[in-house]
Amino acid sequence: MASAPTIDPAFLDKDGNPLFHLEHEPHHPEGSSTMLGFWMYLMSDCLIFACLFATYAVLGGNYAAGPGPKDLFDLPLVALNTAMLLFSSITYGFAMLAMEKNKIAATQGWLAITGLFGLAFLAIEMYEFAHLIHEGATPMRSGFLSAFFTLVGTHGLHVTFGIIWLVTLMIQVAKKGLIPANQRRLMCLSMFWHFLDVIWIGVFTFVYLMGMLR
Amino acid sequence: MSPHPASENSGIWKMIFGRLDWSAIPLHEPILIGTFAMVAIGGIAVLGLVTKYRLWGMLWNDWFTTVDHKRIGIMYMILGLIMFLRGFADAIMMRLQQAMAFNGSEGYLNAHHYDQIFTAHGVIMIFFVAMPMITGIMNYIVPLQIGARDVSFPFLNNFSFWMTTAGAVIVMMSLFVGEFARTGWLAYPPLSGIAYSPGVGVDYYIWGLQIAGIGTLLSGVNLIATIVKMRAPGMNMMKLPVFTWTSLCANVLIVAAFPVLTAVLALLSLDRYVGTAFFTNDMGGNPMMYVNLIWIWGHPEVYILILPLFGVFSEVTSTFSSKRLFGYSSMVYATVVIAILSYLVWLHHFFTMGSGASVNSFFGITTMVISIPTGAKLFNWLFTMYRGRIRFELPMMWTVAFMLTFTVGGMTGVLLAVPPADFVLHNSLFLIAHFHNVIIGGVLFGLFAAINYWWPKAFGYKLDTVWGKRSFWLWVVGFWFAFMPLYILGLMGVTRRMRVFDDPSLQIWFQIAAFGSLMIAAGIACMFVQFGVSIKNRDKLRDTTGDPWDGRTLEWATSSPPPDYNFAFTPVIHDNDAWADMKKRGYQRPLSGYEAIHMPSNTGTGIIIAGLSIAFSVGMIWYMWWLAGLSFVGILAVAIGHTFNYKRDFYIPKDVVERTEGERTALLATQG
Amino acid sequence: MSCHGLPDYASGMTARLPAKTRAILRRFAPLLLLPLGGCDWVVMSPAGDVAMQQRDLIVISTVLMLLIIIPVMAMTVWFAWRYREKAKAEDYDPDWDHSTSLELLIWSAPLLIIIALGAITWTSTHLLDPYRPIERVDHARKIEPAAKRLQVEVVAMDWKWLFIYPELGIATVNELAAPVDQPIEFKITSSTIMNSFFVPAIAGQIYAMPGMQTVLHAVANKPGNYEGFSANYSGAGFSNMRFRFHAMDKGGFDQWVAKVKASGATLDSATYMKLEKPSEKVPPMYFSGVQAKLFHDALNMCVQPGKRCMDDVMMTDMHGGAGKESAHDVQGLRHDGTIDVGGFHPAAPGKKGEIAQPAGMTPAADRTPAAQGKQAPGQQDHDGHAGHKGM
Repeated sequence: MASAPTIDPAFLDKDGNPLFHLEHEPHHPEGSSTMLGFWMYLMSDCLIFACLFATYAVLGGNYAAGPGPKDLFDLPLVALNTAMLLFSSITYGFAMLAMEKNKIAATQGWLAITGLFGLAFLAIEMYEFAHLIHEGATPMRSGFLSAFFTLVGTHGLHVTFGIIWLVTLMIQVAKKGLIPANQRRLMCLSMFWHFLDVIWIGVFTFVYLMGMLR
Repeated sequence: MSPHPASENSGIWKMIFGRLDWSAIPLHEPILIGTFAMVAIGGIAVLGLVTKYRLWGMLWNDWFTTVDHKRIGIMYMILGLIMFLRGFADAIMMRLQQAMAFNGSEGYLNAHHYDQIFTAHGVIMIFFVAMPMITGIMNYIVPLQIGARDVSFPFLNNFSFWMTTAGAVIVMMSLFVGEFARTGWLAYPPLSGIAYSPGVGVDYYIWGLQIAGIGTLLSGVNLIATIVKMRAPGMNMMKLPVFTWTSLCANVLIVAAFPVLTAVLALLSLDRYVGTAFFTNDMGGNPMMYVNLIWIWGHPEVYILILPLFGVFSEVTSTFSSKRLFGYSSMVYATVVIAILSYLVWLHHFFTMGSGASVNSFFGITTMVISIPTGAKLFNWLFTMYRGRIRFELPMMWTVAFMLTFTVGGMTGVLLAVPPADFVLHNSLFLIAHFHNVIIGGVLFGLFAAINYWWPKAFGYKLDTVWGKRSFWLWVVGFWFAFMPLYILGLMGVTRRMRVFDDPSLQIWFQIAAFGSLMIAAGIACMFVQFGVSIKNRDKLRDTTGDPWDGRTLEWATSSPPPDYNFAFTPVIHDNDAWADMKKRGYQRPLSGYEAIHMPSNTGTGIIIAGLSIAFSVGMIWYMWWLAGLSFVGILAVAIGHTFNYKRDFYIPKDVVERTEGERTALLATQG
Repeated sequence: MSCHGLPDYASGMTARLPAKTRAILRRFAPLLLLPLGGCDWVVMSPAGDVAMQQRDLIVISTVLMLLIIIPVMAMTVWFAWRYREKAKAEDYDPDWDHSTSLELLIWSAPLLIIIALGAITWTSTHLLDPYRPIERVDHARKIEPAAKRLQVEVVAMDWKWLFIYPELGIATVNELAAPVDQPIEFKITSSTIMNSFFVPAIAGQIYAMPGMQTVLHAVANKPGNYEGFSANYSGAGFSNMRFRFHAMDKGGFDQWVAKVKASGATLDSATYMKLEKPSEKVPPMYFSGVQAKLFHDALNMCVQPGKRCMDDVMMTDMHGGAGKESAHDVQGLRHDGTIDVGGFHPAAPGKKGEIAQPAGMTPAADRTPAAQGKQAPGQQDHDGHAGHKGM
């Protein structure tokens, strides 16, 4: 027998009767779900990368009598690339600190530096890809190379969109200042940017470092 | 194939139209030409009527650009019902072909046409019927059940709907321009690779699913955020209505499963467009990885479809038994357990691939374990009926039919989970009968229960019961006629996707199945007549209380149809049967003290991006690279442009709220 | 698979009725006899020990589940009737929503069934693993797992089956034979598309996948002519991808082998390449000789001269690839040519294939120039019936 449910004292009126509605509209802060929603999007994106990692794990040894990672990877170059992305994450952090202090110019400056690091990362990656393709190690050459180009390229594509987004936000900050909506957007991009950093660390370890050990 | 004029093969033609030429128009297929003529005439008639009655403005402002979860929910349902007609037409064509193609007869469909039909049937029924309809129901009901004004991201909701529709449009286009995939609904490589399916069919499949998949994923994110963040005060997680709980689990599954589909289809596209070697036989590819990945999405997908309907059955059973739901918490745990386990069973779809005995038995046993929480749910519904006062209205009839039908489907499912038994039943018509048994008996019956249950909420009048009962009986009896023979044929060793047969003793069974499918066709016709009759007699069927079934959850606390803002005051919840609790405690609807209500504004961005996505897909499918490039840039531009609009909300003024609520007060007063 | 006993039985029963009635009755006789269960339900009455054990498993599992399914269905109907509104049941209790003992029962009852079923699953999956050599000929007769097994190599092609008997040095297309009570070991692969090798009368199916080998152990216990087919859709000609499996006594099998050997045709790589091209409704073919290692080459996708075998390639890969210079060297590595197995786009230009396979179906005469001599004696083989003539 279910007894009458006990009632949270917060929802009783002054006579001790249960309340069935709020007298006044509760204040729903604008965009209160945005962080949660964006975080869920990131997790789903993370699963896409998980599939690509799994694919690389399965196909990574299928060279089709072609070159393997040891023949192709240039670790110093990749280390430099990694440094670019790690620096960009740090500078994004500085941008967020500046945003907290409501310093528009500093925020914009750090964002610009972040973008430049991102571009440097992309340029190095493109150089690497062009070099591989020039040597005949195209994505079509083997299952290993298909998986490699797709995993690394998907990450690069994310960075590209991150940069487009970053430029958009810089324009919006320039136009509207650091209003709450823009702060929220910068927070989302921050999560996105650091997320890409984490993924890259996975790529660097799993693809490049372990590839050299294979 | 008629020889093409030289100009069609010239460079400039290729540059503009890619691989599209006149041979893509199926002029040699009378069935398709007839269908096209009917669709064209019907379409022109609708467009003409809309123009004649000057409805374009209303459609654009109130529907296409709406961010109201209720209107979007209704649009999802309409999309699902339209696509259901297409999917069912495919089904009945298959049944007729299989009933005819004996004794040397080739039937009336050639392989090229037949193979497209069974592929399209599966794709459409899952992605463009079941998915939109459950999303539609969740969209409509969840915010109402949790006492919210809308979903967390109203624009995203509109966008999701239009992306789903865009996917449906792309799939429908393949009917008249080019062809659809001839690979089966999951498009296993190497068959679906460019080497063995060089045509546009698989590309239609890929882009249709990718575009719709974006919509599904975002609507999943949206509904989770809504349920987590927008619940009315007092509604903790163990006071959520069961339908909301099952929706939450289904949406978690969506967010965790659809990225896998996106990834695997992207890899297949790379194989087809770039020439990579993911799923090829040669160059180090591995087709079996596709099979694994697609089922890692595919099995959770099954539970994405059924879980929300388990919620519907719970609501219906409890409402029409006039009794609290038995074992609320065990219902919730069962749902969560099913959601988690659904990720641990994917390999049971290919026991016959030759994995070791230990791997096969592991996945076989995990599959069986799912039947424990499912069984618990069934018992919970049973004991909800026990000591109740059951009103056999249409939703309850569908629920009882579900309980009897689904049990059989569940049993054959567990049977198929025993690997050695699966070796003889895999890919057979027994399997077909099994999954139709659970999808029709579970998902579709659940959707019909939901439509009959919530229609009065959405439109303010009940559905006609006479035609509803006709539809019910034709469906239930027709279902058994259509699928019992398939179980038997499966035990006779008949495999799926066959176009012609050489053993005449099988024919009688296919004829019985075809008869069953005709009964179902009559059932569907009755359902549409039911809608028509109800609309016509809406004044007689009118419900002015907002609570025609003596409901138990919050959606019945507001008017039917609910006002744009759902609730004039944010409700406070003390019990999981919140509305029943309010009624029991003698809740009085407040008649004054209204305030202005903060609401999101409409936007056309969703439909514009979806339109551009269709253009992008057409460009990709037909190799019109300029079109794909331009529309992609267009999508980016519109999306970025949208972010520059900071004014996305407005207030419904206090006097409008007062007027709306005043009308309801007057209406309720007429009840006496 | 056709049901021989049943129509005879039905016509005997209805002999005295008018012809028309009789015809109708014969048509619906299977319906009338439905409860008697299938004389032609091959899955429920197979002719081989493995399939028989699989059938038993279906029956046992079903009975186990019915232990809970039947009460549930009965309760559904009973509760629905007993507690209908009109009945005004005395014990109506709108607030009754919990009972610990009932909750325990509803979780433990299915749990117990699943524990039993899980145990059966675990053991039967291991015992009936298709890779496991069979240990008995039938329920009464045991054999050593190491006992000699008839070796059959199976290649699924678009859309026919090639069977190679490596020990006998013969090969057939779309016709398979084996002595009864003789354990058979099938090694299975496919030339291009995934299929599933299935002879329901003797054992369950297993996928036939290009570049991969699966194994199936089976035995036939009753002589007969059974149906075999592909149980996985593989393109336009899939419906007709059927073959006959003849289970014969020892003498009959020897005669059959002699008949195949008399054909005088040899299956070499050139013939294989022709055979591999898509074709439908191919009548049985016999080959008295088979080129050495042909199945190995089919499995490793290197039957065509100049192709590199997959096992060699994989060995190279195991050693870390073939070095930087090998990037440009793709000679002999391609296998997938552009053929449309839906048979729709004629002669779509090859995109990456080195094999210029003609698209779709080719006329029979063109497909197997020397086919006439290789076909089974007694096979009706008028021109134009030998293969599929296009769509």
